[in-house]
Amino acid sequence: MSATEKRISTRNFFAVFLLAGLLIAGVASYYASSHPDGLNFVAEKTGFSDKEEASSTADGPLAGYSTKGIDNDRLSGGVAGLAGSLLVLSLAGGLFWVLRRRGTAGDEHSVSTSSGT
Amino acid sequence: MHVPDGFLDVPTSVATGVVAVGGIALALRGARRELDDRTAPMAGLVATFVFAGQMMNFPVAGGTSGHLLGGAMAAVLAGPWTAVLCLSTVLLVQGLFMADGGITALGTNVTLMGLVGVAVGWLVFKGIRAMLPDRLGVLAPAAAIAALVSVPVAALVFSALFAIGGTAPVSPEKVAIAMVSWHLVIGVGEAIITGMVVASVIGVRPDLVYGARSALRARRLEIREPSTAGESA
Repeated sequence: MSATEKRISTRNFFAVFLLAGLLIAGVASYYASSHPDGLNFVAEKTGFSDKEEASSTADGPLAGYSTKGIDNDRLSGGVAGLAGSLLVLSLAGGLFWVLRRRGTAGDEHSVSTSSGT
Repeated sequence: MHVPDGFLDVPTSVATGVVAVGGIALALRGARRELDDRTAPMAGLVATFVFAGQMMNFPVAGGTSGHLLGGAMAAVLAGPWTAVLCLSTVLLVQGLFMADGGITALGTNVTLMGLVGVAVGWLVFKGIRAMLPDRLGVLAPAAAIAALVSVPVAALVFSALFAIGGTAPVSPEKVAIAMVSWHLVIGVGEAIITGMVVASVIGVRPDLVYGARSALRARRLEIREPSTAGESA
Protein backbone atom coordinates (compact mmCIF):
# COMPACT_ATOMS: atom_id res chain seq x y z
CA MET A 1 0.00 0.00 0.00
CA SER A 2 2.84 2.35 0.70
CA ALA A 3 4.39 2.70 -2.70
CA THR A 4 1.54 4.86 -3.95
CA GLU A 5 0.36 6.31 -0.67
CA LYS A 6 3.56 7.60 0.85
CA ARG A 7 5.66 9.60 -1.52
CA ILE A 8 7.59 11.35 1.21
CA SER A 9 8.44 10.49 4.80
CA THR A 10 6.34 11.86 7.64
CA ARG A 11 9.25 13.96 8.86
CA ASN A 12 9.85 15.52 5.46
CA PHE A 13 6.16 16.13 4.91
CA PHE A 14 5.86 17.94 8.24
CA ALA A 15 8.96 20.00 7.42
CA VAL A 16 7.54 21.06 4.05
CA PHE A 17 4.11 21.83 5.51
CA LEU A 18 5.68 23.95 8.26
CA LEU A 19 7.94 25.74 5.79
CA ALA A 20 4.96 26.53 3.56
CA GLY A 21 3.13 28.12 6.49
CA LEU A 22 6.16 30.09 7.66
CA LEU A 23 6.86 31.36 4.14
CA ILE A 24 3.28 32.56 3.76
CA ALA A 25 3.23 34.23 7.18
CA GLY A 26 6.77 35.56 7.06
CA VAL A 27 7.31 36.49 3.42
CA ALA A 28 4.26 36.26 1.17
CA SER A 29 1.96 38.11 3.60
CA TYR A 30 3.75 41.34 2.64
CA TYR A 31 1.94 41.11 -0.68
CA ALA A 32 -1.49 40.51 0.86
CA SER A 33 -4.27 42.89 -0.12
CA SER A 34 -4.64 45.84 2.23
CA HIS A 35 -8.24 46.49 1.23
CA PRO A 36 -10.76 46.19 4.08
CA ASP A 37 -12.00 42.62 4.48
CA GLY A 38 -15.59 41.61 3.82
CA LEU A 39 -16.90 42.49 7.28
CA ASN A 40 -15.11 45.86 7.52
CA PHE A 41 -16.22 46.73 4.00
CA VAL A 42 -19.85 45.93 4.79
CA ALA A 43 -19.57 47.88 8.04
CA GLU A 44 -18.39 50.92 6.07
CA LYS A 45 -21.05 50.58 3.37
CA THR A 46 -23.99 50.02 5.69
CA GLY A 47 -22.77 52.48 8.28
CA PHE A 48 -21.64 50.78 11.46
CA SER A 49 -17.87 50.89 11.03
CA ASP A 50 -17.59 53.84 13.44
CA LYS A 51 -18.74 51.52 16.23
CA GLU A 52 -15.42 49.70 16.09
CA GLU A 53 -13.38 50.17 19.24
CA ALA A 54 -9.63 49.73 19.34
CA SER A 55 -8.67 46.42 20.85
CA SER A 56 -7.20 46.53 24.34
CA THR A 57 -4.21 44.67 22.90
CA ALA A 58 -3.66 47.31 20.18
CA ASP A 59 -0.45 48.49 21.90
CA GLY A 60 1.13 45.05 21.99
CA PRO A 61 4.52 44.42 20.40
CA LEU A 62 2.99 42.50 17.47
CA ALA A 63 -0.31 44.38 17.15
CA GLY A 64 -1.59 44.82 13.61
CA TYR A 65 0.89 42.22 12.34
CA SER A 66 3.78 44.64 12.63
CA THR A 67 6.62 44.37 15.08
CA LYS A 68 7.28 47.34 17.35
CA GLY A 69 10.72 48.81 16.89
CA ILE A 70 11.28 47.56 13.35
CA ASP A 71 10.83 50.33 10.81
CA ASN A 72 11.18 48.29 7.64
CA ASP A 73 7.63 47.25 6.70
CA ARG A 74 8.62 44.01 5.08
CA LEU A 75 10.76 42.92 8.03
CA SER A 76 8.31 44.19 10.64
CA GLY A 77 5.41 42.24 9.14
CA GLY A 78 7.53 39.19 8.47
CA VAL A 79 8.79 38.97 12.05
CA ALA A 80 5.24 39.40 13.40
CA GLY A 81 3.95 36.72 11.04
CA LEU A 82 6.68 34.30 12.04
CA ALA A 83 6.24 35.02 15.75
CA GLY A 84 2.48 34.49 15.48
CA SER A 85 2.92 31.26 13.53
CA LEU A 86 5.34 29.88 16.10
CA LEU A 87 3.01 30.89 18.92
CA VAL A 88 0.15 29.02 17.24
CA LEU A 89 2.39 26.04 16.54
CA SER A 90 3.53 25.75 20.14
CA LEU A 91 0.10 26.33 21.69
CA ALA A 92 -1.87 24.10 19.32
CA GLY A 93 0.89 21.51 18.94
CA GLY A 94 1.33 21.31 22.71
CA LEU A 95 -2.40 21.00 23.31
CA PHE A 96 -2.80 18.27 20.68
CA TRP A 97 0.22 16.38 21.99
CA VAL A 98 -1.34 16.33 25.47
CA LEU A 99 -4.77 15.34 24.15
CA ARG A 100 -3.60 12.56 21.83
CA ARG A 101 -4.40 8.90 22.40
CA ARG A 102 -1.39 7.09 23.80
CA GLY A 103 -0.25 3.61 23.01
CA THR A 104 -1.79 3.47 19.56
CA ALA A 105 1.58 2.95 17.98
CA GLY A 106 0.43 -0.35 16.47
CA ASP A 107 -1.20 1.38 13.55
CA GLU A 108 1.71 3.71 13.04
CA HIS A 109 4.18 0.82 13.20
CA SER A 110 2.57 -1.21 10.51
CA VAL A 111 2.61 1.84 8.26
CA SER A 112 6.20 2.83 8.89
CA THR A 113 7.66 -0.66 8.71
CA SER A 114 5.90 -1.52 5.51
CA SER A 115 7.18 1.67 3.91
CA GLY A 116 10.72 0.59 4.64
CA THR A 117 10.47 -2.58 2.62
CA MET B 1 -14.34 38.31 9.25
CA HIS B 2 -12.69 39.13 12.57
CA VAL B 3 -15.29 41.02 14.58
CA PRO B 4 -13.73 43.92 16.50
CA ASP B 5 -14.85 45.18 19.88
CA GLY B 6 -17.88 47.45 19.71
CA PHE B 7 -19.93 45.93 16.88
CA LEU B 8 -22.07 43.78 19.17
CA ASP B 9 -23.51 44.73 22.56
CA VAL B 10 -22.43 43.16 25.85
CA PRO B 11 -25.26 40.60 26.27
CA THR B 12 -24.71 39.26 22.75
CA SER B 13 -20.97 39.07 23.29
CA VAL B 14 -21.46 37.26 26.59
CA ALA B 15 -23.87 34.83 24.95
CA THR B 16 -21.48 34.00 22.13
CA GLY B 17 -18.73 33.68 24.74
CA VAL B 18 -20.77 31.02 26.53
CA VAL B 19 -21.43 29.23 23.25
CA ALA B 20 -17.72 29.36 22.40
CA VAL B 21 -16.67 27.96 25.77
CA GLY B 22 -19.23 25.16 25.46
CA GLY B 23 -18.08 24.34 21.96
CA ILE B 24 -14.42 24.27 22.99
CA ALA B 25 -15.23 22.01 25.96
CA LEU B 26 -16.96 19.54 23.64
CA ALA B 27 -14.07 19.78 21.19
CA LEU B 28 -11.53 19.03 23.92
CA ARG B 29 -13.34 15.73 24.50
CA GLY B 30 -13.99 14.93 20.84
CA ALA B 31 -10.46 15.72 19.67
CA ARG B 32 -9.00 12.95 21.85
CA ARG B 33 -10.49 10.43 19.45
CA GLU B 34 -9.00 12.18 16.43
CA LEU B 35 -5.46 12.66 17.69
CA ASP B 36 -2.67 10.12 17.99
CA ASP B 37 1.11 10.19 17.78
CA ARG B 38 1.05 10.97 14.07
CA THR B 39 -2.00 13.17 13.72
CA ALA B 40 -1.24 15.40 16.74
CA PRO B 41 1.79 17.05 15.10
CA MET B 42 -0.14 17.20 11.81
CA ALA B 43 -2.95 19.06 13.57
CA GLY B 44 -0.49 21.53 15.10
CA LEU B 45 0.83 22.26 11.63
CA VAL B 46 -2.71 22.64 10.27
CA ALA B 47 -3.37 25.32 12.92
CA THR B 48 -0.13 27.07 11.95
CA PHE B 49 -1.06 26.93 8.28
CA VAL B 50 -4.51 28.38 9.00
CA PHE B 51 -2.89 31.27 10.89
CA ALA B 52 -0.61 31.91 7.92
CA GLY B 53 -3.46 31.57 5.43
CA GLN B 54 -5.57 34.10 7.34
CA MET B 55 -2.80 36.69 6.89
CA MET B 56 -2.99 36.36 3.13
CA ASN B 57 -5.82 38.73 2.17
CA PHE B 58 -6.72 38.38 -1.47
CA PRO B 59 -8.39 41.23 -3.35
CA VAL B 60 -12.07 40.85 -4.20
CA ALA B 61 -13.98 43.08 -6.62
CA GLY B 62 -14.84 46.62 -5.60
CA GLY B 63 -12.04 47.54 -3.20
CA THR B 64 -12.59 44.85 -0.63
CA SER B 65 -10.61 41.79 0.28
CA GLY B 66 -11.07 38.40 1.84
CA HIS B 67 -8.91 35.79 3.43
CA LEU B 68 -9.02 32.13 4.20
CA LEU B 69 -11.09 31.23 7.27
CA GLY B 70 -9.84 27.66 7.18
CA GLY B 71 -12.64 25.88 9.05
CA ALA B 72 -13.47 23.43 6.29
CA MET B 73 -9.80 22.89 5.46
CA ALA B 74 -8.86 22.16 9.07
CA ALA B 75 -11.85 19.85 9.54
CA VAL B 76 -10.98 17.78 6.47
CA LEU B 77 -7.26 17.63 7.27
CA ALA B 78 -7.36 17.17 11.05
CA GLY B 79 -10.92 16.17 11.98
CA PRO B 80 -13.83 18.43 13.00
CA TRP B 81 -13.25 18.53 16.77
CA THR B 82 -9.56 19.15 16.33
CA ALA B 83 -10.40 21.84 13.77
CA VAL B 84 -12.46 23.73 16.37
CA LEU B 85 -9.38 23.78 18.60
CA CYS B 86 -7.13 24.81 15.67
CA LEU B 87 -9.33 27.78 14.83
CA SER B 88 -9.78 28.73 18.50
CA THR B 89 -6.01 28.76 19.04
CA VAL B 90 -5.51 30.88 15.92
CA LEU B 91 -8.21 33.34 17.03
CA LEU B 92 -6.79 33.51 20.56
CA VAL B 93 -3.30 34.36 19.28
CA GLN B 94 -4.72 36.88 16.81
CA GLY B 95 -6.85 38.57 19.49
CA LEU B 96 -4.21 38.63 22.21
CA PHE B 97 -1.07 39.38 20.22
CA MET B 98 -2.06 40.79 16.83
CA ALA B 99 -5.05 42.92 17.90
CA ASP B 100 -6.92 41.18 15.07
CA GLY B 101 -10.45 40.65 16.35
CA GLY B 102 -11.59 42.21 19.61
CA ILE B 103 -11.08 40.74 23.06
CA THR B 104 -14.72 41.04 24.10
CA ALA B 105 -15.52 39.71 20.59
CA LEU B 106 -13.30 36.65 21.00
CA GLY B 107 -16.30 34.46 21.84
CA THR B 108 -18.12 35.81 18.79
CA ASN B 109 -15.16 35.08 16.54
CA VAL B 110 -14.70 31.57 17.94
CA THR B 111 -18.42 30.98 17.41
CA LEU B 112 -18.42 32.29 13.83
CA MET B 113 -15.16 30.91 12.47
CA GLY B 114 -14.35 28.12 14.93
CA LEU B 115 -17.79 26.59 15.44
CA VAL B 116 -20.00 27.66 12.51
CA GLY B 117 -17.21 27.61 9.92
CA VAL B 118 -15.95 24.20 10.99
CA ALA B 119 -19.38 22.63 11.53
CA VAL B 120 -20.80 23.79 8.21
CA GLY B 121 -17.59 22.85 6.41
CA TRP B 122 -17.52 19.37 7.90
CA LEU B 123 -21.23 18.66 7.46
CA VAL B 124 -21.27 19.78 3.83
CA PHE B 125 -18.11 17.75 3.20
CA LYS B 126 -19.74 14.67 4.72
CA GLY B 127 -22.99 15.29 2.86
CA ILE B 128 -21.24 15.47 -0.51
CA ARG B 129 -19.17 12.38 0.29
CA ALA B 130 -22.32 10.44 1.13
CA MET B 131 -23.62 11.04 -2.40
CA LEU B 132 -20.41 10.08 -4.18
CA PRO B 133 -18.24 6.95 -4.29
CA ASP B 134 -15.79 6.61 -1.41
CA ARG B 135 -12.66 7.51 -3.35
CA LEU B 136 -9.71 9.81 -2.74
CA GLY B 137 -10.45 11.76 -5.91
CA VAL B 138 -13.69 13.23 -4.58
CA LEU B 139 -12.16 14.59 -1.37
CA ALA B 140 -10.60 17.82 -2.65
CA PRO B 141 -13.65 18.92 -4.69
CA ALA B 142 -15.90 18.05 -1.75
CA ALA B 143 -13.66 20.07 0.58
CA ALA B 144 -13.73 23.01 -1.84
CA ILE B 145 -17.54 23.07 -2.01
CA ALA B 146 -17.73 22.73 1.77
CA ALA B 147 -15.37 25.69 2.09
CA LEU B 148 -17.44 27.72 -0.37
CA VAL B 149 -20.62 27.17 1.67
CA SER B 150 -19.03 27.71 5.09
CA VAL B 151 -18.04 31.34 4.49
CA PRO B 152 -21.43 32.88 3.58
CA VAL B 153 -23.11 30.82 6.33
CA ALA B 154 -20.70 32.27 8.90
CA ALA B 155 -21.46 35.72 7.44
CA LEU B 156 -25.18 35.03 7.78
CA VAL B 157 -24.75 34.05 11.43
CA PHE B 158 -22.86 37.30 12.05
CA SER B 159 -25.77 39.16 10.45
CA ALA B 160 -28.19 37.37 12.77
CA LEU B 161 -26.08 38.32 15.79
CA PHE B 162 -25.97 41.91 14.52
CA ALA B 163 -29.75 41.92 14.14
CA ILE B 164 -30.05 40.80 17.77
CA GLY B 165 -27.30 42.81 19.40
CA GLY B 166 -25.84 45.23 16.88
CA THR B 167 -24.73 48.57 18.33
CA ALA B 168 -25.81 50.70 15.38
CA PRO B 169 -29.35 51.30 14.09
CA VAL B 170 -28.69 49.77 10.69
CA SER B 171 -31.24 47.72 8.79
CA PRO B 172 -30.53 44.04 9.57
CA GLU B 173 -31.65 43.01 6.08
CA LYS B 174 -29.18 45.40 4.49
CA VAL B 175 -26.37 43.99 6.60
CA ALA B 176 -27.39 40.40 5.90
CA ILE B 177 -27.66 40.88 2.15
CA ALA B 178 -24.33 42.70 1.94
CA MET B 179 -22.56 40.23 4.25
CA VAL B 180 -23.80 37.12 2.46
CA SER B 181 -23.24 38.39 -1.07
CA TRP B 182 -19.69 39.63 -0.42
CA HIS B 183 -18.80 36.48 1.49
CA LEU B 184 -20.15 34.32 -1.29
CA VAL B 185 -17.46 35.89 -3.47
CA ILE B 186 -14.84 35.48 -0.73
CA GLY B 187 -16.03 31.88 -0.42
CA VAL B 188 -14.83 31.24 -3.97
CA GLY B 189 -11.32 32.14 -2.84
CA GLU B 190 -11.77 29.95 0.23
CA ALA B 191 -12.87 27.08 -2.04
CA ILE B 192 -9.88 27.43 -4.38
CA ILE B 193 -7.33 27.55 -1.54
CA THR B 194 -8.98 24.70 0.37
CA GLY B 195 -9.26 22.52 -2.72
CA MET B 196 -5.62 23.07 -3.68
CA VAL B 197 -4.25 22.45 -0.19
CA VAL B 198 -6.36 19.33 0.40
CA ALA B 199 -5.48 17.97 -3.05
CA SER B 200 -1.78 18.59 -2.43
CA VAL B 201 -1.73 16.78 0.91
CA ILE B 202 -3.80 13.89 -0.45
CA GLY B 203 -1.42 13.69 -3.39
CA VAL B 204 1.56 12.93 -1.18
CA ARG B 205 0.28 11.67 2.18
CA PRO B 206 -3.43 10.76 2.19
CA ASP B 207 -2.85 8.71 5.33
CA LEU B 208 -2.35 11.97 7.27
CA VAL B 209 -5.72 13.38 6.15
CA TYR B 210 -8.54 12.73 8.62
CA GLY B 211 -11.23 13.05 5.94
CA ALA B 212 -9.49 10.42 3.79
CA ARG B 213 -9.65 7.61 6.33
CA SER B 214 -12.68 5.78 4.99
CA ALA B 215 -11.61 6.22 1.36
CA LEU B 216 -8.22 4.72 2.20
CA ARG B 217 -9.86 1.80 3.98
CA ALA B 218 -12.11 1.21 0.98
CA ARG B 219 -9.10 1.24 -1.30
CA ARG B 220 -7.18 -1.22 0.87
CA LEU B 221 -10.10 -3.61 0.78
CA GLU B 222 -10.25 -3.27 -2.97
CA ILE B 223 -6.66 -4.26 -3.51
CA ARG B 224 -7.02 -7.01 -0.92
CA GLU B 225 -4.18 -5.94 1.27
CA PRO B 226 -3.73 -7.86 4.48
CA SER B 227 -5.57 -5.95 7.17
CA THR B 228 -3.85 -3.63 9.57
CA ALA B 229 -4.17 -6.03 12.51
CA GLY B 230 -1.28 -6.00 14.94
CA GLU B 231 0.46 -8.94 13.33
CA SER B 232 1.38 -7.17 10.14
CA ALA B 233 4.38 -5.56 11.80
